[in-house]
Amino acid sequence: MNILSVFNIGLLAATLRGATPLIFAAIGVTYAERSGVTNIGVEGIMLFGAFSAVLVTYYTKNPWIGVLAAVIVGGLLGLVHAWTSITLKANQIVTGAAVNLLAVGIPNYLLIAIWNQPGASPMVANIKPLHIAFLANLPIIGPLFNSQNLLAYLAIFAAIVGQIILFHTPLGLHIRAVGEDPRAADTVGIDVYKLRYLCVIFSGMMAGLGGAYLSVAQLSMFTKQMTQGRGFIAMGAMIFGKWTPIGSLGACLLFGFADALQLALQTIGVSIPSDLLMTFPYVLTLIALAGFVGRSAAPAAVGKPYDKG
Amino acid sequence: MKFSFTELIHRITDRKSWLESAGMFLGATVVGLLFGAIVIWSSNKSPIVAYTALFSGAFGSLYGFTEVLMSTTPLLLAGLSVAFAFHCGLFNIGAEGQLMLGGLAAGWAGYAIQGLPWYLHLPLALLCGVAAGALWSLIAGALKAWKGIHEVISTIMLNYIAFNIGDYMVSSNGPLKAAGIIPATPYVLNTARLLPIIPNTRFSGGIFIALVMAVLMGYVLWHTRLGYRIRAVGKSPSAAEYAGIPPRQTMLLAMAISGGLAGLAGAVQVLGLSYRFSSTFSPGYGFDAIAIALLGSLHPFGIVLASLLFGILHAGSVKMQQTAGVSNDIIYAISGIIIFFVALRGVLVNFQSRFSHKNATAKVQK
Amino acid sequence: MELSICMQGIVKSFPGVLANDHIDLQVARGEVHGLLGENGAGKTTLMNILSGMYRPDEGQIELFGKPVRFESPKDALAKGIGMVYQHFMLIPTFTVAENLTLGAEITRGGFLDRSKSESMVKELSKKYGLAIEPSAKVQYISVGAQQRVEILKVLYRGAQIIILDEPTAVLTPQETEDLYQTVNALRKAGHTIIFISHKLNEVLRFTDRVTVLRAGKVVGTRVTSETTAEELASLMVGRSVSLHVKKLPREVDAEMLKVENLKALDARRLPALRGVSFNVHAGEIVGIAGVEGNGQTQLVEALTGLIRTTGGTIRLDGEDITHFPTSERFCRGIAHIPEDRHRRGLILDFSLAENSILGYPDRISLRSGFRLDMKSIRKFCAKLMAAFDVRAPSPDVMAGGLSGGNQQKLVLAREFSRCPKLLIAAQPTRGLDVGATEFIHNSLLAERKRGAAILLLSLELSEIMDLSDRILVFYEGKIVGECLRETTNEDEIGLLMTGGRHEVLIH
Repeated sequence: MNILSVFNIGLLAATLRGATPLIFAAIGVTYAERSGVTNIGVEGIMLFGAFSAVLVTYYTKNPWIGVLAAVIVGGLLGLVHAWTSITLKANQIVTGAAVNLLAVGIPNYLLIAIWNQPGASPMVANIKPLHIAFLANLPIIGPLFNSQNLLAYLAIFAAIVGQIILFHTPLGLHIRAVGEDPRAADTVGIDVYKLRYLCVIFSGMMAGLGGAYLSVAQLSMFTKQMTQGRGFIAMGAMIFGKWTPIGSLGACLLFGFADALQLALQTIGVSIPSDLLMTFPYVLTLIALAGFVGRSAAPAAVGKPYDKG
Repeated sequence: MKFSFTELIHRITDRKSWLESAGMFLGATVVGLLFGAIVIWSSNKSPIVAYTALFSGAFGSLYGFTEVLMSTTPLLLAGLSVAFAFHCGLFNIGAEGQLMLGGLAAGWAGYAIQGLPWYLHLPLALLCGVAAGALWSLIAGALKAWKGIHEVISTIMLNYIAFNIGDYMVSSNGPLKAAGIIPATPYVLNTARLLPIIPNTRFSGGIFIALVMAVLMGYVLWHTRLGYRIRAVGKSPSAAEYAGIPPRQTMLLAMAISGGLAGLAGAVQVLGLSYRFSSTFSPGYGFDAIAIALLGSLHPFGIVLASLLFGILHAGSVKMQQTAGVSNDIIYAISGIIIFFVALRGVLVNFQSRFSHKNATAKVQK
Repeated sequence: MELSICMQGIVKSFPGVLANDHIDLQVARGEVHGLLGENGAGKTTLMNILSGMYRPDEGQIELFGKPVRFESPKDALAKGIGMVYQHFMLIPTFTVAENLTLGAEITRGGFLDRSKSESMVKELSKKYGLAIEPSAKVQYISVGAQQRVEILKVLYRGAQIIILDEPTAVLTPQETEDLYQTVNALRKAGHTIIFISHKLNEVLRFTDRVTVLRAGKVVGTRVTSETTAEELASLMVGRSVSLHVKKLPREVDAEMLKVENLKALDARRLPALRGVSFNVHAGEIVGIAGVEGNGQTQLVEALTGLIRTTGGTIRLDGEDITHFPTSERFCRGIAHIPEDRHRRGLILDFSLAENSILGYPDRISLRSGFRLDMKSIRKFCAKLMAAFDVRAPSPDVMAGGLSGGNQQKLVLAREFSRCPKLLIAAQPTRGLDVGATEFIHNSLLAERKRGAAILLLSLELSEIMDLSDRILVFYEGKIVGECLRETTNEDEIGLLMTGGRHEVLIH
C-alpha cells in the first residue's frame, strides 16, 4: 500500500466538495464581521439549514426547493441574531452560543417528532453533480469537475463576487466603514443599522446554504450534529483569510483538503486510527490560527454594539 | 474576532439586588419552559402530559429525587467551571471536552492504578480527572494568551478533538478498551468508586464535593487576593496590567481552574455513576453548563439553583420520554432559549443601571 | 447683521442629565463664533444637535432665516452644516481619498473609481490650500493632516457652516498656527465657523464673538475684542478663578531617577524610544513636553515595567530596576497616575474599596496572606476619600458611578498615599474642569514639597509651563531639548516639539 497513492485528482475533487459548505459560511461571516457583528451562531444556522433542506425536500421531492428553504431559514435566524445584537445590543457571542444550543435541540427533537428516527432522517432526493462537457474533458484536471454540482461553482463564484463587492464598490466601502467606525460612517449619512442587518441576515443565508449543501448535496439526508463544528472552522477560515472572501476561499480549500485527506487515508486503511484522523481538520484549524499572527486585520468595531445616542 | 466580556460580566454580576437575579432566574425558566411547551405542542404532543411526567419523574419518589441530585452534580461542577472562566473574562465553551477527558483520565486511574487503599485511590483518581481537564483547557488558555486566538473558537476545536480522543480510546482497537463489545474502559476498582450512600439508589454523595467547590469558589473569588486578581483581569485587563497583575498568567491560571472543575465533573460522573468511561457518558453537561452559569448570574449560589433546575430537567426527561414520548433533545432547546433570555435581560438591566449610575453621579456632584 | 444660524430654546436631556437647558444661540454669517465652556457644559451636545447627530427634545433651529429640522448628519450636511469632531471621524485603515468621499463616492459603472477620486481630492486640497496626500492611509498621517482631511471632508460636501469641536486639543503650536490661517481663509471665502473650545487664549485669538455655556445654559455672549480672559473665565466657572498656580522655588535634593540610553519599541514593533537619558531629583517636577505619539507613552510604560525595554538602564534611588516587574517597581517606591484612568487607573466595575488597593501588592497592613481583608480595605478607602475629598456615598459604590474629577481624585489619593519616591503623572488633569484641575495641581506641588521626584507628562503646554522646574522636549523618541523653566518660554518649547531649531530659519 502506497500512502502517496491518495494524492490524486480525486483528492482535489474531494477537497472542493469538502470546502464548498465552508466557503459559503465563511463568506457570510466575513461580511457580518466586516460590518461589525460577530456571528458564532453560524454553526447552529448551518445545522438548521441542513435540517430545513432535508425537511422541505422530503415533502416536495425537489432538493432545490430544499436549498431555498435552508437559505430562508438561515436568513430568518440571521435576522434574529441581527435583532438581538444590533437593536437590543445583547452580547453577540452569548446569543450566538444560544443559537448553537437551539440547533442541537430542535432539529434532533423534530427528527423524532416527524420521522420517529433518533439519529438520521430518511433519504431524500439530492442535488446531482453537474456534467459540463468541456470542463470534464480537459486533460488531467477533467475529473476534478466530474463530481461537482452547481453549488460548488456557486461557492467559488460567490467568493469572487464577494471580494469585488467588498473592495471595489461603494456598498463594500460602506460595509467596511461601518465595521471599522460606525460613528464615522453615521456622520456621513451611512445607515449603520441597515447595513449591519443586511450583512448579518446575509451571513445567516450563506450559513443556511452551506448547511443545505451538507445534507442534500454531499449526502441525501440529515444526520444528528452533522455540521461537526464546520461553522467554527469557517470562522477560523475567515480569520486565516484576513477577513477577505478570497482569503477565506483559500483557507476553506486548505481545511477542505485536510478533511479530504483524512477521509482518503481512512479509505485506504492507513495505520492511524480513524478517530484520530478525524481530528485532523480541527488540529489544522488551531495550527493555522496559531501560526497566523496579525490580529490587527480584524475590523475595529467587531462585537461592539453601536448606540446612536 | 475579538471581544470583551467585561460588559457582560458587569451586567450579570453587579445586579442591584438579589431580587433582580431571582427575577431573572424565574423569568428565564418560565420563558424556557414555555418555549419547550410550544415546541412539544407543535409536534402534536401534550406539553402538560410531558411536563407532568417530567416533574413526577423528578419528585415522585426518593429514587427519582436522588437521580435529580446525581444529574445536578456534574452540571453544578461544569457550571462553576464556565462561571469561573467568565469571571476572568473568558468564555469557556470547551467544558464538554474538558469533562470528557476528565472522565477518561479518572476512569483510567480507577482501574489502572491498583493496590491503593480507597482513601488514596479515590482522591488520586479524582485528581487525575482534574489534571486532565486543566491541561486540556490550558491549551486554549495558552493560545489566547500568546496568540490571541479567541477561546470560543479554540475550545470548540478542542472539544471535537477531545471527543475523538475519547472515541478512539475505547474504540475496537483502542488502548483503554475493556474486553467485550461495549466501547468502554474496564470497570474502575471499588477503591476508586464513589459508592451509593442511600440504599436502593445510585446516590453517591458526589453532590457534596460539588457543593464544597461552590463554597470554595465563592470564597476564592471575593475574599482572596487570587480572586481579586482574577476578577480584575476579567473586568479590565489593562488596569490589571497597570497594577502589576500579569494578565496572561492570570488568564492561564483561571482557565486551568475552570478546566479542572470541568474535569472534576467528568471524574465524579465516571467514578460515582457509570464506574467506567465510555465516550457517551455525558449527554452534553458541558453545554448546559453555559446556560447554568449565566442563569445563576455567575454566582455560586445562583449556579447551585440553576444546576438543580437542569438536574430536574435531565432526570425527569427519562420519564418524559417513556411516558409522553418527548425526547430529551428538548432540553437543549430550552437551555438555548434560557441563554437568549439571560443575554437579552442583561440589556434591560444594563439600561436601568446606567440610568441610576447617572443619577448617582448627579447626586454625588451636588 | 445677517444670521446664518439661529437656535432657540434648545433642550436636550439624557437619562439623569439635562445637557442643554433652553439654549439660544445666534451666529452671524461669515463670522468665527466661539463656543466656550468647561467639559460637560453642553457645548458638544448643542453642536451635535446642530449637525444632526442628536435630535433636540424642544426648540427650533433656523438656517439663513428658514426653520429646519435635521433627522441625521446627512440632512444637516445637505443644508450646508458640517462638523469636524474632536475625535476625528476617520477610518484609520482607509486612504485619505476614501475617507474624504465616504458616503458620496465617485464611481464608474457602479465600481469605485480610485484614480478619479484621488485627483478630485488633490484639486480640492489645492483649492483650499490644505495639503494632503490622497492615497496615504489615514493611520499613517499626522494628526494635523487628519484634521485637514476632516475639514476638506465637510467642504467636499458643500458645507457653508463649519463646526470645529476643540480643534486645537491635539495640535502642536505650529499646527495650531496653520489652523489659524485656515480658519481665516475660510472666513474670507464666506464660510461661517463655530469654534468650540475650553481654552480662553485660543477663543480670544480665533473668534469674532463668543458665547459662554455653563451647566447646560447660556451665560452670556460677548464681542471678543471687547472682553478679557478674566471675564470669560468667571463666566465659564461662575466664580473668579486664579489662572495660574503659585509655586515655591525648588529645593533640589538627591538624584532619584536616572535613565540612561533607554530604548523601547511601540505596539507595531517600531522604535518608539531611541536612546533617552535624563534624571529627576527629589523635590523636583520634570515636565515632558511633546506632541502626542512621540514616545512619551512608551517612556511611562517602560518606567513602570508595562513594556520591555530593548536597551539602556533605569535606576531608582541608585538601584537598577530595568528588568523588574511592575509590582516590584511599585514596591520600590514608584507611583503612577496613568494617562487613561478609565482604561488603566481604575476598574470601573469594582467598588471604590477594591480600587483603592489596585497596584499595591506590598500594603502590609491590608494583607493577611491569601485572604483579602475587606474590612480594613474599606476603612483604608474611607480614609483616602476623606483626605482627597472624593465625593461618594460609601467605599462600596462602583467607581464607574463617580464623576471624572472624583475618579481622578481617588487615583491620586491612592498613588500619593504611600509617599512615593518617584511619582509619574501622565495627563493628570485631562478632561477635568477648572476646579478639579486646580486641586490636582496643588496636590502635585504638595508632593514636590514633601520631596517626591515627579515626572509630569502633559499635552497641555500651559500645564507643563505652570508646574515644571525643568522641561524635556520629546520628538520622535528622543529628547531634543532640555530647558529650565525660568529661562524658557512657550515659543521655544513649541518649536522644539516639532523637531528642532533649524526650522526657525525656514519660517
